[in-house]
Amino acid sequence: MKWAVIVFPGSNCDEDAQQAIIRVTGDEATLVWHQETSLADYDAIVLPGGFSYGDYLRSGAIARFAPIMKAVRDKAVQGTPIIGICNGFQVLTEAHLLPGALLRNRDLHFHCKMVELRVETNRSPFTAAYQPGDILRIPIAHGEGRYFADSAILHELQEDHRVAFRYVDNPNGSSESIAGILSKERNVLGLMPHPERAVADFMRSTDGAGVFRSIHQYVTEREGAHAH
Amino acid sequence: MTTYRAQVRVWLKPSVFDPQGNAVEKALLTLGFAGIEEVRIGKSMEFLVTADNQESAEAMVDRACRDVLCNPVMEMYTFTLEARQEA
Repeated sequence: MKWAVIVFPGSNCDEDAQQAIIRVTGDEATLVWHQETSLADYDAIVLPGGFSYGDYLRSGAIARFAPIMKAVRDKAVQGTPIIGICNGFQVLTEAHLLPGALLRNRDLHFHCKMVELRVETNRSPFTAAYQPGDILRIPIAHGEGRYFADSAILHELQEDHRVAFRYVDNPNGSSESIAGILSKERNVLGLMPHPERAVADFMRSTDGAGVFRSIHQYVTEREGAHAH
Repeated sequence: MTTYRAQVRVWLKPSVFDPQGNAVEKALLTLGFAGIEEVRIGKSMEFLVTADNQESAEAMVDRACRDVLCNPVMEMYTFTLEARQEA
């Protein structure tokens, strides 16, 4: 299968994501510049971390209007797995592909550290390799990661089992300790922690590998089903 | 066509905690500014807009606020328009 990692001006986790995909799945992973307009050749899309457009106006607010985002939207409708990591999550909320918004951390600090996450659901292309209740050690690195949504949306996320990950110890003041959420169709995931930074022993954790393995398995099984 | 100067103000909804405002409020209190409370920090933006009349300029600025300048999930906005004086 083929992965696309979208590169905006100011993305800085694009190559980390690419290398993590190659290391975990052995798949082909291509960096795709934000001025491109088609993602037809790709089976999974990654919006990486960083500071797209310098976080001007709001994090993710300008990236949302990049030419590639129309193609991302089309892929979302087609059911392709799309994962937004950190700044990628912020872009997905600004693009209304995920509900809510990400605000300045409650304590104003930029937190760059290993945290523990609890897997809340494995009913998704991103978390199938885990069990609900699994505790993962995955690093965060953000200043604006406080997930916010009104109570109706929070209720809906809870009812539909669309909270993918919660922090064990809430580092940023996120509503209901939310670290990652799924779209209604469950094929779009946004999360603040960086699974691509937890895929090798030297990274002090390999717990993030399951995200990439899950996506790989989901796509290859889907392709297999289509072939018959 | 008339050119207007638009002034847009964007700030967090009352229901959203503003850690910056909170930190500044604490600093003010520490410095002896007793009696200051509910500090909120927002953004101010300025630009020129040229349109047929005030009404269509307002409609355009309002749309720019809703679509780009403000994220209604967490923010609110107001704006003023002032016809630019001919030099």
